[in-house]
Amino acid sequence: MIKKVVNGPDEAIKGIKDGMTLMLGGFGLCGIPENSILALRKNGAKDLTCISNNAGVDDFGLGLLLQTRQIKKMISSYVGENDLFEKLMLSGELEVDLIPQGTLAERCRASGAGIPAFFTPAGYGTEVAEGKEVRVFNGKPHILEHAFEADFAFVKAWKGDEAGNLIFKGTARNFNPMMAMAGKNTVAEVEELVPAGELDPNTVHTPGIFVQRIYQGEQYEKRIEQRTVRTRN
Amino acid sequence: MLDKNGIAKRIAKELQDGYFVNLGIGIPTLVANYIPDNIEVEFQSENGILGMGPFPFEGEEDADLINAGKQTITALNGASFFDSATSFAMIRGQHVDMTVLGAMEVSENGDIANWKIPGKMVKGMGGAMDLVASADNIIVAMMHTNRAGESKLLPKCGLPLTGVGCVKKIVSNMAVLEVTENGFKLLEVAPGVSVEDVKNATAGKLIIEGDIPEMDI
Repeated sequence: MIKKVVNGPDEAIKGIKDGMTLMLGGFGLCGIPENSILALRKNGAKDLTCISNNAGVDDFGLGLLLQTRQIKKMISSYVGENDLFEKLMLSGELEVDLIPQGTLAERCRASGAGIPAFFTPAGYGTEVAEGKEVRVFNGKPHILEHAFEADFAFVKAWKGDEAGNLIFKGTARNFNPMMAMAGKNTVAEVEELVPAGELDPNTVHTPGIFVQRIYQGEQYEKRIEQRTVRTRN
Repeated sequence: MLDKNGIAKRIAKELQDGYFVNLGIGIPTLVANYIPDNIEVEFQSENGILGMGPFPFEGEEDADLINAGKQTITALNGASFFDSATSFAMIRGQHVDMTVLGAMEVSENGDIANWKIPGKMVKGMGGAMDLVASADNIIVAMMHTNRAGESKLLPKCGLPLTGVGCVKKIVSNMAVLEVTENGFKLLEVAPGVSVEDVKNATAGKLIIEGDIPEMDI
């Protein structure tokens, strides 16, 4: 078996350099690679381009790398929960490319699947379509979108094994499987790392071929953004 | 005049048995509270769940189980989880039957603007552009006028667009309107609202044919 298990996040991010493009899984704070983000902050690599649906909150998730000004450009679909982000964007300190969520997902998937570009109806007639080729299929206009290219992808799963197979939990799956496919180097952090053979192959979401490095995160804060509950009557 | 819950209640009457429905953030989320007793619908949230249930009981919140508004939720029997590419395949592939979302502006030809106010608010479009570009059945839930009292139903949107020619129906605090080739067609007025009131609050072309019934909610 190919050795994929690394000692921890510091070893997992080896090879990260200034100016690289990274993908980071998660939706809001759900399913984000918490430990890898902390290691990136410690590492200090800067001028990073980060592809991630959101940009964390001010003091958690990718917000931590905004605080240290390590991010040059964000490619996201929604960045509403982060005041620092908004400040840096409006002042021009941070480049931002906002793209539709489904297009973001598909550009990741296409990247990992050997599809260089595709047509989607999302964004036609809006500023997202500016400068993009338009073609009409079945009477409906579509715009050409290209696959991403990323040096590293950081994903987070619930369980993983030594072979790099991953299983996600609940809605923490989100962008993680496509980003795992897309990264030239995919680093997976998991809540529970088990020996090969302990995961039922029928239940694997991301096959190990897409994962180059894997480790068990020391701890997970798993912060909740909007705690909504109902009362028992 | 309806409040937010009234708008949600009226939209809930558009639901049909067997529908898969995507509800946006804000007023649309409230629609889930008013599903008619005699029908079954399933809610899709674009971050990756089909079969979304109500908020969890206190103490049972799960950080790994949220909706597109990042709120903690539950999964009903028969629910499924999936990745974002699969989720938007459901949406663009028109497997979702009805989409309800909010808007800052709608134009008389069905354009919608709801994601950006240049220089002021730039949060991003999230899944809204994919949803409006793909769904056949898009209902907008919104207040008829903005906080300054200006109409949100316009001849042409002034804000950056989310999608073009896609809105089919609008349920506002004042009226139900259908977007037709010739403009906004008034279908119903809210209790206590006159046709004249709707006329005054609608900047875009308004079509009024015959007697306009009052909403039954």
